[in-house]
Amino acid sequence: MNAPANVVTLAAKDFKSEYKPVWCPGCGDYTVLASITRALAALGLRPENVALVSGIGCSSRIPAYTTCYGFHGVHGRALAAGTGLKVARPDLTVLVAGGDGDGYSIGGNHFMHACRRNVDLTYIVMDNHVYGMTKGQPSPTTEPDWNSKLSPGGTGLREFHPLVIALASGANFIARAFSGDPSGTASLITEAIRHPGFSFVEVLSPCVTFRPEQRAWKEAVRASPVEPTDDPARAARRLMTDDGFNLGVLYKGTRRPYAPPGRASHAVADLEKEFAL
Amino acid sequence: MTAGKKKIKPDAAFADFMARAYVMEIDASERYADFADQMEVHNNLEVAQLFRKLSRIEGLHAKRIVEEMGWKQPPKMLLAWRWDDAEPPETAPVTDLHYLMQPWHALEIALRNERRAERFFARIVRSAKTPAAIRKIAAEMAEEEREHVRLIRDWMKRVPKPEPGWDRDPDPPVYSD
Repeated sequence: MNAPANVVTLAAKDFKSEYKPVWCPGCGDYTVLASITRALAALGLRPENVALVSGIGCSSRIPAYTTCYGFHGVHGRALAAGTGLKVARPDLTVLVAGGDGDGYSIGGNHFMHACRRNVDLTYIVMDNHVYGMTKGQPSPTTEPDWNSKLSPGGTGLREFHPLVIALASGANFIARAFSGDPSGTASLITEAIRHPGFSFVEVLSPCVTFRPEQRAWKEAVRASPVEPTDDPARAARRLMTDDGFNLGVLYKGTRRPYAPPGRASHAVADLEKEFAL
Repeated sequence: MTAGKKKIKPDAAFADFMARAYVMEIDASERYADFADQMEVHNNLEVAQLFRKLSRIEGLHAKRIVEEMGWKQPPKMLLAWRWDDAEPPETAPVTDLHYLMQPWHALEIALRNERRAERFFARIVRSAKTPAAIRKIAAEMAEEEREHVRLIRDWMKRVPKPEPGWDRDPDPPVYSD
């Protein structure tokens, strides 16, 4: 995180672009956008020092709705692009955002290895347990008994547990937020950006179109009853018994972030020679 | 709020209370503006216009607090502030919207918000711990929110109540075979 000194602090609205989001009315992603802009304002950052990288899906539209640098990448590859950007430009604050389909299915492999690499960036996943953009197919976090026309009787498949996977793979900061609590989400994103290394914030973000029953999440969520731990074994025990509705920082590791070598080992021109026809 | 036309000389607790009242109004205003944008994107212009109007009204309430307090800069929305619920009491939950909603539904949302705000201030008035100056202004604010409840109820009488099946869409976004 790089906050410049001696500059006028901006407000959340200064991080919102002129484009109106194209999401369904009532979508949780609206408040995630508001939380991100509040967090960036609270950190005293400036849009030109922040890059927001996304994949594909409803939530991955998010870079266009901010005044930060943005990159709307390919499906599941947002973390690869974000990692490359942070390593090339460590002066930038890099946020990567997307949904559960993009991050845990198509991008599942990148997710694990981004946790393992521990590059200093923040990954925000808007998890609605469904592929919304393609009209409601089950995603990796969909409950096995979710009965829909596209999955009659449910998939019968065990859900992916992103927080456990993140911990096992080496993520340095793991938190869960709820889009219905924009201030709480903004606080967690702020803390995640401040924390060195790979920080992962899973935001429960209801899809009111394909999963209208998720409106009830606001009654199910609760603040985690325990303080964050830096002990991976303790965090693992907590996460394995977690019902998916505990909010807050669940793990705060102390692993040193990946530091790229200060100087390139080869000139770009030398590399280009290898590809000359 | 009818705290008088004079600028108020606040102590810290009073200023904090007024800052919260300001944040309640500004947050409600911003949420209504977001709702108006959402409705515009989905071409529900009648409801968009109504939300825009509600946003302006809440914005005026916020402006009046700033003027009466004599603040040069309005207070910031601090991330550390917590409320009884996840959001300030006058802010509509984001999941309350539907793309086919009608003006009556928008007013129903506004009515719920005003009632929550009224209860919030009334609770402060009832609390034995509340200092006298805050109790006085909170009582005025509670009364003002009650007046808003009455106004919105009157407003709801002037718009048609939706027919059953108002949310039926012959070409729904949900997959169907």
